Amino acid sequence: MKKLSARRRHPLAALVVLLFALAATGGLYTAFAPAGEAKADQESSQSLAIEEGKKLYATGCSSCHGTGGQGTSDGPSLVGVGAAAVDFQVGTGRMPAQQPGAQAPKKKRVYNDDEIKQLAAYVASLGAGPATPGKDQYDPSGADVAKGGELFRNNCAQCHNFTGEGGALTHGKFAPDLGDVSDKHIYEAMLTGPQNMPSFTDGALPPKAKKDIVAYLKTVNSDKSESPGGFKLGGFGPVSEGLFAWVFGLGALIAVAVWVAARTAKAKKS
Amino acid sequence: MSTTTDTPASDSKRKAPAGERVADWADGRLGIYSLAKANMRKIFPDHWSFMLGEVALYSFIIIILTGVYLTMFFHPSMNEVEYHGSYVPMQGVQMSEAYKSTLDISFDVRGGLLVRQIHHWAALIFLAAMLVHMMRVFFTGAFRKPREVNWVFGFLLLLLGMFTGLTGYSLPDDLLSGTGVRFMDGAILSMPIVGTYVSMFLFGGEFPGHDMVARFYSFHVLLLPGLMLGLLAAHLILVFYHKHTQFAGPGRTNKNVVGMPLLPVYMAKAGGFFFLVFGVIAAISALFTVNPIWNLGPYRPEEVSTNAQPDWYMGFPEGLVRAMPGWEVSVWGGHTLVLGVMIPVMILMPLVLAAIALYPFIEAWVTGDKREHHIADRPRNAPTRTGFGAAWISWYFVLLIGGGNDLWATHFHLSINAVTWFVRIGFFVVPVLVFVATRRICLGLQRRDREKVLHGRETGTIKRLPHGEFIEVHEPLDQEQLHTLTAHDQYEPVEIGPETDENGVERKVTRGQKLRSRLSKGYFGDSGQIPKPSAEEYKELTSGHGHH
Repeated sequence: MKKLSARRRHPLAALVVLLFALAATGGLYTAFAPAGEAKADQESSQSLAIEEGKKLYATGCSSCHGTGGQGTSDGPSLVGVGAAAVDFQVGTGRMPAQQPGAQAPKKKRVYNDDEIKQLAAYVASLGAGPATPGKDQYDPSGADVAKGGELFRNNCAQCHNFTGEGGALTHGKFAPDLGDVSDKHIYEAMLTGPQNMPSFTDGALPPKAKKDIVAYLKTVNSDKSESPGGFKLGGFGPVSEGLFAWVFGLGALIAVAVWVAARTAKAKKS
Repeated sequence: MSTTTDTPASDSKRKAPAGERVADWADGRLGIYSLAKANMRKIFPDHWSFMLGEVALYSFIIIILTGVYLTMFFHPSMNEVEYHGSYVPMQGVQMSEAYKSTLDISFDVRGGLLVRQIHHWAALIFLAAMLVHMMRVFFTGAFRKPREVNWVFGFLLLLLGMFTGLTGYSLPDDLLSGTGVRFMDGAILSMPIVGTYVSMFLFGGEFPGHDMVARFYSFHVLLLPGLMLGLLAAHLILVFYHKHTQFAGPGRTNKNVVGMPLLPVYMAKAGGFFFLVFGVIAAISALFTVNPIWNLGPYRPEEVSTNAQPDWYMGFPEGLVRAMPGWEVSVWGGHTLVLGVMIPVMILMPLVLAAIALYPFIEAWVTGDKREHHIADRPRNAPTRTGFGAAWISWYFVLLIGGGNDLWATHFHLSINAVTWFVRIGFFVVPVLVFVATRRICLGLQRRDREKVLHGRETGTIKRLPHGEFIEVHEPLDQEQLHTLTAHDQYEPVEIGPETDENGVERKVTRGQKLRSRLSKGYFGDSGQIPKPSAEEYKELTSGHGHH
C-alpha cells in the first residue's frame, strides 16, 4: 500500500486510473449487456435488421461503397448484389477490405453471424439480388460428383486448377485455393461472382449443377479427399513435381553417389 | 560372360569345373574370351561426380523395365468409352480408351499405380541426371578431344530423352497432356508455309483427330527409345574406348588411368549403385504422387486448366513462349506469321540447345589445341568456360521461372506480369551478370591456389616474434598437393602475327582469324587467367630468406 500511495502523484497515475475505469466499464457492459434479448416480432425484426445493418454499413462500408451503397471510385455499387454477395464477402473476411490492392484476400472475419445478416438485409434492401442460399440448396449430399467434375473442368479449372488448388490471374490477382472453403461460400461465389470471378447465374449454371460442383470439390479437394498416389505435392502439376524431382530425387541420388564413392576398396596406399 | 560357380566335390577330377566348361562353351561360339580379357580389368577412376552418368543410365533401365509392364495394360486408342472402373469421381464420364486404361492401371491393375509412378519419377530424374552429368563433363572439360563425338551423342540422348518424355506425357490423353499436345500443335502451326501441312500430317487431320495417341505410342515405345538405346550403346562403347578422364594428382598423367578394375570392384559398386538408385526412385514413387491423371479428367479440346505445364525438361520452351510478347504479323497478302510462338519455339529453343551441342567445337577452335586431354580440369582453372556454363544454367533457370510464372506469382505473392517482365529482361541480363561473376570467382580461386602454393597453408597459429611482431605461421604444402594445384595447362592467347610478312607485303587476315584472336585473348589473356606459379618462383620464395 505504501508503494501505491507513494506513486499517487506520479504523472501517469491519472492515465492508469483511466485505463482501470475503462476496463471496468467495458467489462460490466459485456457482462450485463442485453445480448440477444431483443427478440422483437417477426415483421419488425426484418426492418430492425435493416436498421442495424444500415448503421453497421455506415461505419464499416460506406467510405468505399458510398453512403447509400451507390458506389464510389474506391468501391463498386452494391445495389442489386443481393444478400448472398454480402454473406460471401463479409463471411469470408474479404470485406471490409484491409487495404486497396489487386484483390481483397480471405482473412479472419470482422463481423459475427448476426451482424452479417443485418448487413446483408440492408444491402438486399437496396435492390433485388440473389438471397443467401439455404442448406438444402448447397448441401452436396447425393449430388453427382462425376458430373460436377466435368462442369468444374469446363467452367472453373481455367483459373482454379484441375482440383481447385488455385491459380494466378493478371497483375497480382488470383483465383484462390478452394480447399477449405465452406459449401455455402462456394455456392455463393458461383452465384454472385465475387471480385474477379464471373458470376454463374442460375440460368447459366442451374442450382443442381452448382450442387454437383460443390460435391466434386468436397470429393477431390477437402481434408477428407483421398490421395491414392501418396503425398500430392500441392497438386499444382508438373512444376512442383519437377522441383521435387530435382531437389529430393536427384539430390538424394547425388548424396548416395557421394556415399558410395567415399566407401571405396582399399586400393590406395593407406 | 563367364561366371564361376562352386563345383560339387563329387565331380570327377578329370573334368574341368562347370563354370570353366560353360565359359569354354560360350567362348567357342561367341569369342568372348578376348573381349572379356581386354575389358574386364579395365580401370576406372573413382570420384562421386563420375557416377552421375550412372544415375542417368540406371534410371533409363528402370524406365524401360517399368515401361514394359505398362505396355501390357495400356490401350493406345482414342475410341470413346464410358468409365465404370473403381475410381468413383470419374464414373459415367465419357473418355478415350487410352485415358480409361491409364485409370485402370492406376486403380485396377495390381501394382499399376506404383509402376506408373516409378516410370514417371524415373523419367523426371533421368532427364535431370543427364543434364547434371553433362554439367560435370562440361565444367571439367571432359568434352575435349577425343571426346567431342561422345559429347554430341550425349547431347542427342538428352534431346531424344526430352521428346520421349513429351510423347509419354501425352499418352494418357488426359486434360493436361492434351493441352500439352495442343501447345505442340500450336508450335508446329507457327512454322511458316509448311506448318499447317505438318500438323495435318502428324495428327492425321485436324487436331486432335483420332490417331494422335496411337502414333505417339509408337514414337514413345519404339522409335525414340530404339534410337536412344543405339546411341546409349555407342556412348558407352566410346567411354570404354577413350577410357575415363581423371582429376590431376600425383601419378596421374594424360597417358594412364589410376583407379580400380571393372571386375570385381566396379561391377560390385555399379551393381549395388543400380539397386540404390532403384530403391530411392521406388521409395519416392511409393510416397509421392506424380501426374495424378485421375484428377485431371479426360482431354476435351474446349477445356483447359491453369497449371497446365509440361514436365520440367520442356519447361524452358514453355518459359520462352510465356515470356514472348504475342506478336503477329500478316505478310504476302494475308498469311499470318505468329511471331509470338515462332520466335521462341522455332528460333530460340534450338538456340538454347545448340549452345550445348556446339560448345566443344567452339572452344577447340578458340584454343587451336589438337592434343588429347584425359586429365579433367578443375572448373576454376578454365574461368571463361566455367563462366559460360554458369551463364547457360542461369539462362535456363530464368526460362524455367518463365515456364512456371503463375506458381511464382501465387506462391511469392507477386504479379504474374512482373514475373514475366523479370524473365524478359533476365533473359538478356542474368546470363551476362552470372558470366562476369563466375569468371571473377574462378580468378579469385586461382589467386588463392597460387597463394597457397607459394606461401603455404594458413595454419591459424599465431606466433609472436622476439621484437613483438605477430605473424601467422604458414605451412608449406607437400609435394603431392603442390603437384595437384599446378598440374593444369595454361594456354597462351593466339596471336594473329604481324600485319606484314617478312617481305613487307600486307598479310591477309580474315575476319574469322581476328575473332578467334579476340576470343582467345578473352579466354587466356591477362584478364582471363592468373599465371600459375612456376618452379623458379617457388624456389625463389622458399629458399634463401625462408618463408613466413
